[in-house]
Amino acid sequence: MMLFKKKQETITDDKAGNRLEARVSRSKIYGKGVTRIYKSKKHDILAIDNVDFEILDNEFVSIVGPSGCGKSTLIRMIGGLDDITSGSIILNDRILDGPGADRGMVFQTYTLFPWMTVEENIRFGLKIKKMPVKEADKIVDKYLELIGLTQFRKSLPNQLSGGMKQRVAIARSLANNPEVLLMDEPFGALDPQTKANMQLCLRQIWQVEKPTIIFITHDIEEAVFLSQRVYVMSSRPGRIIADIPVYLDHKRTLDIKDTPEFIRIRKNINTILHSGLDEDEL
Amino acid sequence: MNNLFRIRKSIDPKLYFKITLSSFIILIIIWQALCSFKIVNGIFLSSPFEVLKFLVNDITTGSIWENLYISCYRIFMGFLYAAVIGVPIGILVGSFNVFEAYIQPVMEFMRYLPVPAFIPLIMIWVGIGEGAKIAVIFLGTLFQLIPMVADDVRSVPEDYINAAYTLGAKRIGVLFKVMIPAMLPRMMDSLRMMMGWAWTYLVVAELVAANSGLGYTILKAQRYLKTPAIFSGILVIGLLGLIIDRSFGLISKRLFPWAEGGIK
Repeated sequence: MMLFKKKQETITDDKAGNRLEARVSRSKIYGKGVTRIYKSKKHDILAIDNVDFEILDNEFVSIVGPSGCGKSTLIRMIGGLDDITSGSIILNDRILDGPGADRGMVFQTYTLFPWMTVEENIRFGLKIKKMPVKEADKIVDKYLELIGLTQFRKSLPNQLSGGMKQRVAIARSLANNPEVLLMDEPFGALDPQTKANMQLCLRQIWQVEKPTIIFITHDIEEAVFLSQRVYVMSSRPGRIIADIPVYLDHKRTLDIKDTPEFIRIRKNINTILHSGLDEDEL
Repeated sequence: MNNLFRIRKSIDPKLYFKITLSSFIILIIIWQALCSFKIVNGIFLSSPFEVLKFLVNDITTGSIWENLYISCYRIFMGFLYAAVIGVPIGILVGSFNVFEAYIQPVMEFMRYLPVPAFIPLIMIWVGIGEGAKIAVIFLGTLFQLIPMVADDVRSVPEDYINAAYTLGAKRIGVLFKVMIPAMLPRMMDSLRMMMGWAWTYLVVAELVAANSGLGYTILKAQRYLKTPAIFSGILVIGLLGLIIDRSFGLISKRLFPWAEGGIK
């Protein structure tokens, strides 16, 4: 039943067929047989089981799954923050090993350095790169404007709201011009109103800048609204069980959440997600 | 009245201040009463008035300053050596598992060795000069400071470190540009607590082996049963401790306006 749905959506679809062909030429980052086993005294825990994924250049892909399915572990492995037990992740034909500036990351927790102003935070990565100050100034100004916080450039993080902090965190990562932007439930701690605004803000940033984004969330609506494609994960062990394309208007407003197509995709993912869960998790 | 005793609710700041003030006033009144009504023998407890008189006399004749200076010098030197050696070791222990495995267990053991018991040994090692007092304060604070600084480093949120890595920082950069700046306010707090320990060990050192300093004046006063002198000595040490403690708080607030919570 589940497999049938997946086929219907991704493989027999004409557009999907074209995508597969395109991927061969424009693949940005992909994983082959990515596995993570946590060793413990009693028994080993298989957190991520033989996961394959592929993200195209300039693509916005979300990964949804129930809590504890290992989606955070997966993105941390991509970011080089967690060890890969077996398999490999390849970015631009290079096998990844450890973290680097080529994969910027935005976390669920607030990670702005509290002793630096907004401006200094955005400049952090550029300083490490030893970019000339004038060049860095231009980039900092550009991203401050993009997130609409130019007048807060001299503020300290403890003077900002949660949504503002996350916007600065996004700007800080993007200013570094990463090959891939990894986002680990960045809006998970925000209230629904702020969250909706942030989704809109992020989508607009993506439409302008076209960074390649991998976005982790447990919120299906958020995943569908933001991305071009959604990977669905099951838990224990964490596996990718579906790859759902999102054919919605390129320019997205919050109204799109009420359209039949949006609701259809959301429901479809929901069904897949539930079929992948054990009885006791439902 | 009902509003006065609500669990974990603040009361009016003015009222708070009045209550604090009354606490001191009542303490002094009880103290004075105990002496005035001869409830306690004057040899055991001098009246606040007598203590104050003694203290004023001490300040005006100037005999207090010399002792004050030498005590402060000992504290400062002992504390400085402990900080200069303890802080870097603490940072290494808190950052690198290897250093933790090597240093932490030994440190935990040393922490429980009573420093006063080392005084005879210290005298054999460094004599009875200034070095001995500084060594007592140094040993007393060092082994407390290292685990505290290590904990301060460990308290830096993991995601600050991860964020720095994904922004291109290498290990050295993460350590110096993120972990150390992030831990500074907490470290100031640890140093402040160490200062309290240092005062305690100062008095220990001066009671056992000295012929100057605030602790020594207390000891000398005891020999001649000059109770007001003992009380004024204790009072001065307490006040100085309080002043230094508050200064740490103020400096911290000025240096780290970004820190939430922390030192108040």
